[in-house]
Amino acid sequence: MDATVSFVLNGKPVTVTSPRDRMLVWVLRDELGLTGTKVGCEAGLCGACTVLVDFEAVPSCATKLGEVAGKAVLTIEGLALDGKLDPIQKAFQDHHAFQCGFCTSGMILAAWAFLKKKPRATRAEIVEAMEGNICRCGAHVRILDAVESVGKVKGGVR
Amino acid sequence: MKRRSFLQGTAMGALTLFFKTSASSAPVEPTRPGAYSDDFNAYLKISADGRVGCFVGKAELGQGAMTVLAMLVAEELELDPAQVDVLLGDTDLCPWDLPTGGSLTMWQTAPVIRGAAAEARMVLLGMASKALGAPVSDLALKDGAIWVKAAPKRRTTFGELVKGRKMERHLGKVKPKPLSECTVIGRRFPRKDALAKITGAAKYAGDLRLPGTLHACILRPPAHGLTLTTADTAAAERIPGVRIVRDGTLLAVLHAQPDTARKALALVKGTFEGTEPDVDDMRIYQYLVDKAAPGQRVMISRGDIAVGEKRAATVVEGEYRNAYESHATLEPQTSVAKWEEGRMTVWASTQAPFIFRDAVAEALKLAQDKVRIISQFVGGGFGGKLVAPGAIEAARIARLVPGVPIQVAWNREEDLFLDGYRPAAVVKIRSGLDAGRGAITFWDSTVAGVSQGEAEFPYEMQATRYQAPAVPGLHPLKTGAWRAPNAHTNAFARESQLDALAAKSGIDPVTLRRRLANDARVLRLLDLAVETFGWEPAPGPTGRGIGLACGAWRQGFVVAIAQVAVDKTTGKVQVERFLEAVDVGLVVNPDGARQQVEGAITMCIGQALSEEIRFKGGQILDKNFDTYILPRFSAIPRIQVVFPENSTTITQGIGEPPVVPVAAALANAVFDATGARVTHVPFTPERVLEALKRVPTK
Repeated sequence: MDATVSFVLNGKPVTVTSPRDRMLVWVLRDELGLTGTKVGCEAGLCGACTVLVDFEAVPSCATKLGEVAGKAVLTIEGLALDGKLDPIQKAFQDHHAFQCGFCTSGMILAAWAFLKKKPRATRAEIVEAMEGNICRCGAHVRILDAVESVGKVKGGVR
Repeated sequence: MKRRSFLQGTAMGALTLFFKTSASSAPVEPTRPGAYSDDFNAYLKISADGRVGCFVGKAELGQGAMTVLAMLVAEELELDPAQVDVLLGDTDLCPWDLPTGGSLTMWQTAPVIRGAAAEARMVLLGMASKALGAPVSDLALKDGAIWVKAAPKRRTTFGELVKGRKMERHLGKVKPKPLSECTVIGRRFPRKDALAKITGAAKYAGDLRLPGTLHACILRPPAHGLTLTTADTAAAERIPGVRIVRDGTLLAVLHAQPDTARKALALVKGTFEGTEPDVDDMRIYQYLVDKAAPGQRVMISRGDIAVGEKRAATVVEGEYRNAYESHATLEPQTSVAKWEEGRMTVWASTQAPFIFRDAVAEALKLAQDKVRIISQFVGGGFGGKLVAPGAIEAARIARLVPGVPIQVAWNREEDLFLDGYRPAAVVKIRSGLDAGRGAITFWDSTVAGVSQGEAEFPYEMQATRYQAPAVPGLHPLKTGAWRAPNAHTNAFARESQLDALAAKSGIDPVTLRRRLANDARVLRLLDLAVETFGWEPAPGPTGRGIGLACGAWRQGFVVAIAQVAVDKTTGKVQVERFLEAVDVGLVVNPDGARQQVEGAITMCIGQALSEEIRFKGGQILDKNFDTYILPRFSAIPRIQVVFPENSTTITQGIGEPPVVPVAAALANAVFDATGARVTHVPFTPERVLEALKRVPTK
């Protein structure tokens, strides 16, 4: 049954009419047109659909619309501010920390949430934090390098 | 609002569709299918404002085709690659090309594009010579401008010269710049797809939002071998907006929302008939051997095996196996098809736009020119998207609902079920080493499951025999090309067998290979790899856990060195270090090449240690990433990649070669660590424990 659910999306209030138990990934992609969030497994196993809910990284394929009511959702489309890439995006760009790009949105957001909590993490801590996100092309080493580099620059993620 | 305009800006740059309008107003002239066009205008267009467009029938799979092709054009036309707009994989706009696979882009397409750009350069210089009244030798060229060297104010631009028209003059084959004058080749440039991919603006086939799109979810049989007979769709049809279509055994539930279509499909009850194969993932190896046996043919034979056997001082008999393995691209097969005015357009996740075009045309009994494939960003291929089953499904359904875009996006379970796997295989080798430990006296190999492709390597062998089956329909499951097909199976067997011969005869694995290698490039690569790794080889097992293997793909050679730690109580293999020395000829884009090698090593750690399709009859038991295990961050070692300087071979492409020796290097490292030889890929903890049990206690 459809419900009216309001939340903050990429800094702006939105209201959608959709079943409360509908998975957030479909609302984002299908209703709101934000296709930067990818669908890889529909079971919370691969991390391609990772978004931030109140700054926590969650798989949007396993998060119900009702769960984000009144919360702040950030997708890859909302990470760059005022035309400026976030340092984590810049790091992925500089390190070429991707190949096909299908996991990249989820990787960037998972890394962002982690760095927000722990800007100066060790390599081992970064590995642990990123373990839920799968990359099939094998960009792992570069992704770790990119995440590690942001921890070292002044300011870290925004 | 600033943010929105930024994202729109990046979306515009995503596929660099700058040329869309001018290209459709002056379509590429049809070329002979199966042959590269000899008109450089087919590949290169210069717009009125002087930007250069490069049109190639390849796809961007993540391997960096877009960037390296722009580099080749930029080199000849004296541009920055950022000034070249690359449009890939549209069968209406791009001339015919081979599929994006087999490491063919740099081997086959690159010389064509480079040659086209070299010809365009000379034509442009000729036009400028006329316009400026100066001989070509007096002209300089840079960033889209041409001027008289002695009088830089006498200048013109690509845009002014061409005025958006086709360049009529042809010079035939023009030699590209000599390497000594190249300023782009060999340098690092930003990937052209970077901004689109880090902002989420990159469009994959499932991201298209064509107005009125219906999402199609297809009723699948529970097992291979079964097809649909009857279906009860009443419950599904009660969901508002659901539409059911059927074309023979293809039944699809359509809905405007992808998740609602999927839910409605779950309400459809189908009955199926047919026979499942009577085999499973345990019995498959004997099944393949038995079924292949009557069709075994001698494919390669040199020297006398019996004589060689008499000469041998050390004989080893080995049997090597590998399981079915899925491509498991993170983006499952996805296509959007639209049937309009007698023409089928398919926006597809494809490695092979022209194969897809021909396959869709054949399936729908249409002329090839009635089908247009538009390649999108592809979320991984690895051979899995060389074939078009998903695109054909989308097109068949679209044909039933004219004017409506139909999206078919397989979910993970469908992708694992319908994939054409890397074939399971069994390789048996009996071989011998002479008393001087410097010559293979005989090498007798029989393979079931794959061909003898890349079974040989530049090793000196006195007598060889390779048998492979010529049995159609050998496999009970659908198989396909999996990144470096045949080669990884055969290299795993060969390099494991050599390692076993070395160990049994008490010689170290590097010295043996140095003695056997009869190619200077291989010898140089062996030295480069061993020196870079900083390794003093000794007869195994040394307990250090270091293993080496060689591999080939065409004339591309690789030497891999792995270091592992093996937990003898759990059987878990942790890869600690991995190095590859790779000789694929001139490397055009070093960072892109490095990415391919890093990716291949990473991917094949999964191949070697965890990836296996489990099945029972026609049922595929692995349905998602909870049981089909891809390597995650914690599985990835420190990786080193080295390329020799001044390689003497022509550019070979690099998607395949670095895949070939990975599993063998890891198996040899496990042996060096433990004395246990793992012969079954993937060597899961259970299989490692079994191998450990077979090690004789001293």
